[in-house]
Amino acid sequence: MPGITVEGIHKSFGATAVLKGISLTMAEGEFLALVGPSGCGKTTLLRIIAGLEAADAGSIRIAGRDVTRLRAADRDIAMVFQNYALYPHLTVAENLAVPLVMRRMNAWQRAPLLGRFAPGHTSQRAAITTRVRDAAEMLRIGHLLDRRPAQLSGGQRQRVALGRALVREPRAFLMDEPLSNLDAELRASTRREIVELHRQAGVTTVYVTHDQVEAMTMADRVAVMMGGELLQLGTPRAVYEQPADLRVAGFLGSPRINTLAVQATPGRLRLGALELPLAPQTDAGTALTLGLRPEALRLASPGSAAPGLPVRVEHLEYLGAELLVHARMANAEAALVARLPLAEAAGLAVGAATTLAADWGAALLFDAAGRRVGMALKQQAHV
Amino acid sequence: MRPGARPGLLADLPRLAVLSLGALVILAPYLWMLSASLKPGSEIFRDSLALLPERLYAVENYSKAFREVPLLRFLFNGAVVCGLILLLQLLFAVPCAYALAKLRWRGRETMFALVLGGLLIPAHVPALPLYAGLAAAGLLDTYAALVAPFVISVFGIFMFRQAFRALPDELIQAARIDGMGELGIVWRVVLPNAWPTATAFATFSVVAHWNDLFWPLVAVQSAELATPALGVLFFRAEEAGNDVGALMAASVVVTAPMVAFFLLAQRRFIQGVATAGLKG
Repeated sequence: MPGITVEGIHKSFGATAVLKGISLTMAEGEFLALVGPSGCGKTTLLRIIAGLEAADAGSIRIAGRDVTRLRAADRDIAMVFQNYALYPHLTVAENLAVPLVMRRMNAWQRAPLLGRFAPGHTSQRAAITTRVRDAAEMLRIGHLLDRRPAQLSGGQRQRVALGRALVREPRAFLMDEPLSNLDAELRASTRREIVELHRQAGVTTVYVTHDQVEAMTMADRVAVMMGGELLQLGTPRAVYEQPADLRVAGFLGSPRINTLAVQATPGRLRLGALELPLAPQTDAGTALTLGLRPEALRLASPGSAAPGLPVRVEHLEYLGAELLVHARMANAEAALVARLPLAEAAGLAVGAATTLAADWGAALLFDAAGRRVGMALKQQAHV
Repeated sequence: MRPGARPGLLADLPRLAVLSLGALVILAPYLWMLSASLKPGSEIFRDSLALLPERLYAVENYSKAFREVPLLRFLFNGAVVCGLILLLQLLFAVPCAYALAKLRWRGRETMFALVLGGLLIPAHVPALPLYAGLAAAGLLDTYAALVAPFVISVFGIFMFRQAFRALPDELIQAARIDGMGELGIVWRVVLPNAWPTATAFATFSVVAHWNDLFWPLVAVQSAELATPALGVLFFRAEEAGNDVGALMAASVVVTAPMVAFFLLAQRRFIQGVATAGLKG
């Protein structure tokens, strides 16, 4: 059974088209990250899935049910907001109980003062209290149940917001940058916790983030959005190693992928005067962009016959286990960043001239419009 | 000066002096009333000024006030009328304000412009049509006549709208996802988070209608329905003659609940006025 199906969603705010026909299908229990720079429409898409915003066109199905015209309350989803949106006037326990009270108790049972005389009130209340306690224990906020949100730290509020989503068993979890208000350390530990909670609950989850690290580390599949379009949807490994678009390649990976302007010649690829051991599957003469991840660059071994990329080192960034080498190519004026193991790069100094060898098999080729172009590696001349 | 350091008393002195002077000017009539209610008639009309009575005449003045007119009845009427007005005002103003502040619908801005327009109309302008309408409905000289014209407060709608706008949209969206209907959101989420504003509005409303003389004078003839302000007027006209001491005692009794109300709600009232003024 499909978890969530989004079909042909269009949305404009005034004259600005925010979503230009988004379609995607998620398996049940899948964890999908919607990632992209701010303003790419990812949050709007999430809010349309939640029912907080109406799409201009298109349809949404959750767990096989068409919910396009349903109110948020009837879609049977839970959402975690960026600012947590806890009810400031209620205690943690009451905050956690709200979704249960609203769904399990009828209006008569919920009524203030008189509600306790309604049939079934006491047993319902007891069941809800137990469920709230369990959820609070699971998130280790059991000792905070009597506090109000204003008395909690950011991390604790974040847990309460997660708890409010978890107490119920909804058909889908929607999370809107839930970690962006936490400090770096807490973010890393909560990242893992959310994945583990997802593994336990097995509920279809859509996770919106602008942080590629969150998207790559947490999700089963990553949907990269830009300018209101879905550029690519795939496993973290697929979108990183086989990006379909130059923008995807540029957005994922830090430091950014190196791009070099290259020319297609018959059966070969030229970078300035340099002939590369790559054969593009495109017409000769076209201007293309070659992408090389920083980790695909190495220092050329001394005495190697194969020609490499001659560069001058401009800046070094020491990262502990690795060294980032910012260099500029002597002939083509192109800047390159290489990620080198520290031991390998011991002798480098700023201003030094050196030669970088590339793992051409990992190189990516894009046409002028940014679309991926296939190419073959020519074995004979490994640089 | 160090940030957060308390300025010395000396530096505060001019400010304190100005504020005290202002407070004194505003409080003087009230203090004079209080003082007169404790004095016998002969002392009140003496040509020298004295705040404290030479001969304490409080028991006589206050017992006369309670004896001559049904003061408790007036207070009860005041409580009923003000309570009903406030309750109904909240019942209408809070959902209206929510719709104006947080829901998106065609004509919202026009509707809000009408609310602002309503703020410009003085209470006395619609008095005649209201009177005619109530007369036609046979409702003159009833509690309904005292309450009905005030149940929709444009001022209340405006004030609550400003306060609700400051609430984050996500709070309301979270409530929707949690399964609340719009009215549930209004009463369970929005109003409890605008409590200072509600207190401020309640103070404005209760004080205004407790002290209102104009409309009760128009709408009501029988003394059993008189509100506190109207009651004091009756007292002066019929009973007191020139017994100013007793009249002042009656006035003190009539204003005392308002003083108590404000003192109790003071902190929240000021908070509410401040938030309503700053955000929007």
